[in-house]
Amino acid sequence: MQETLAIVGRLCGGFWLNCQLFGLTLLFAVPLGLVVALGSMARFAPLRGAVKTFVWVIRGTPLMLQVIVLYLGPGLMGLHNPWPSGSAGRLAAAVAAFVINYACYFSEIYRGGIEAVPRGQTEAGQVLGMTRTQIFFKVTLLQVIKRILPPMGNEVITLVKDTSLANTIANVEIIMTAREYGSRGLIWPLFSTALFFLAFVGALTLLLGWLEKRLDYFRC
Amino acid sequence: MALLEVKGISKNFGSTAVLKDISLELEKGGALAIIGSSGSGKTTLLRCLNFLETADTGEIRVNGETLWSAAGAGGRRESVIRKKRLHFGLVFQNFNLFPQYTALQNVMLAGELLAREQPDYRARRKDIHAALEQQARELLGQMGLLERAGHYPHQLSGGQQQRVAIARALALRPDILCFDEPTSALDPELTGEVLRVLRQLAANRTTMIIVTHEMAFAREAADEVLFMDGGVVVERGPAREVIDHPREERTRRFLSHYEA
Repeated sequence: MQETLAIVGRLCGGFWLNCQLFGLTLLFAVPLGLVVALGSMARFAPLRGAVKTFVWVIRGTPLMLQVIVLYLGPGLMGLHNPWPSGSAGRLAAAVAAFVINYACYFSEIYRGGIEAVPRGQTEAGQVLGMTRTQIFFKVTLLQVIKRILPPMGNEVITLVKDTSLANTIANVEIIMTAREYGSRGLIWPLFSTALFFLAFVGALTLLLGWLEKRLDYFRC
Repeated sequence: MALLEVKGISKNFGSTAVLKDISLELEKGGALAIIGSSGSGKTTLLRCLNFLETADTGEIRVNGETLWSAAGAGGRRESVIRKKRLHFGLVFQNFNLFPQYTALQNVMLAGELLAREQPDYRARRKDIHAALEQQARELLGQMGLLERAGHYPHQLSGGQQQRVAIARALALRPDILCFDEPTSALDPELTGEVLRVLRQLAANRTTMIIVTHEMAFAREAADEVLFMDGGVVVERGPAREVIDHPREERTRRFLSHYEA
């Protein structure tokens, strides 16, 4: 019994890393995605081209590979290694790779959402003397949020499970913790990790449903 | 002097000339109906007046002030154009109400944003808001929609939405109110309620330019009718004269589609 509790405690500790990675990725990738989206819609063609190529590369290669390249790449290429040593550095590298990866996915969702708002909404704002900034924040933004909520929900749920990829560079997250027991012949901890992910995703699903309901008062 | 003077407006989309040297004047309190088939340039002309399109040549003057001229390239920056736009209001064919705001909020939003630019806005915020709300309620009352003030656009019929859009445009007190086929997106049974509002505005001497396919309405509510075809003004005159006794062959041919 005591040992079971100790194992659950260690799994919780591992899952805490998944949670940190999840929270930090969302915190930075949600705004960064908007910057990338605006870049991919820029009127200046070279900028637009560069951003679209970048998004293609990031979406076109495995996240696991990106984590490894970002963490080991600078050192292997003889450049200054930007990552602190130890677990802090490994987490920082994972966060950076996740933020870049998810910002690119988010940017495409944002772009779709922004382009789906009818041109007439912007024109109505212009004719009423609003500035571009006012039109974006007072007219367009909420309509975009309402439209992108379901696809963003999908991505966010994927992110929960992707966090286990951080163990590629020896971040001790829940799956890695559980596999240690597996290698010693104790298999239930690995299977039980599913419950952590299920509980987390369940809570997220409820939150997303609540948000969608909050925006149910208008149609667009 | 006419309130609105438009001189020599031309507009090309690529190699297609949509407007060719259009000139017109409009007196204060006048209602001008613009008729013509699709693609004749009517909507583009309204969009040029509201600076949603930039004309290639010509000049737009309101009250003697040059708002825009092709020669004066300086005044094309967004911030400059934004203020000049306020001389005009535009009611769209498909309403373009903001879906996340109630009818009342739709009417008030632009006024509140403009009020923020006043230096003493912070101190007088409550008074300004109250005044804007009262004005918005009065306008909705004029449109017969007072009891719908708290409804969102999707809860309103097309005719009601268009009347909210008219109130929204009136709230900024434009010198000239433009209508771009205001009833074309409406079911026939809803057209009447919008035309009724337009007639009332004309009777109150609101200066208006109305692009429309409603000939009977143009004939009785407008002071003058302007017939456009292929990007030029073919004929212009008192409403009844142009519609009942057109001088030009092209006008006659166009109007023949509307008889019976």
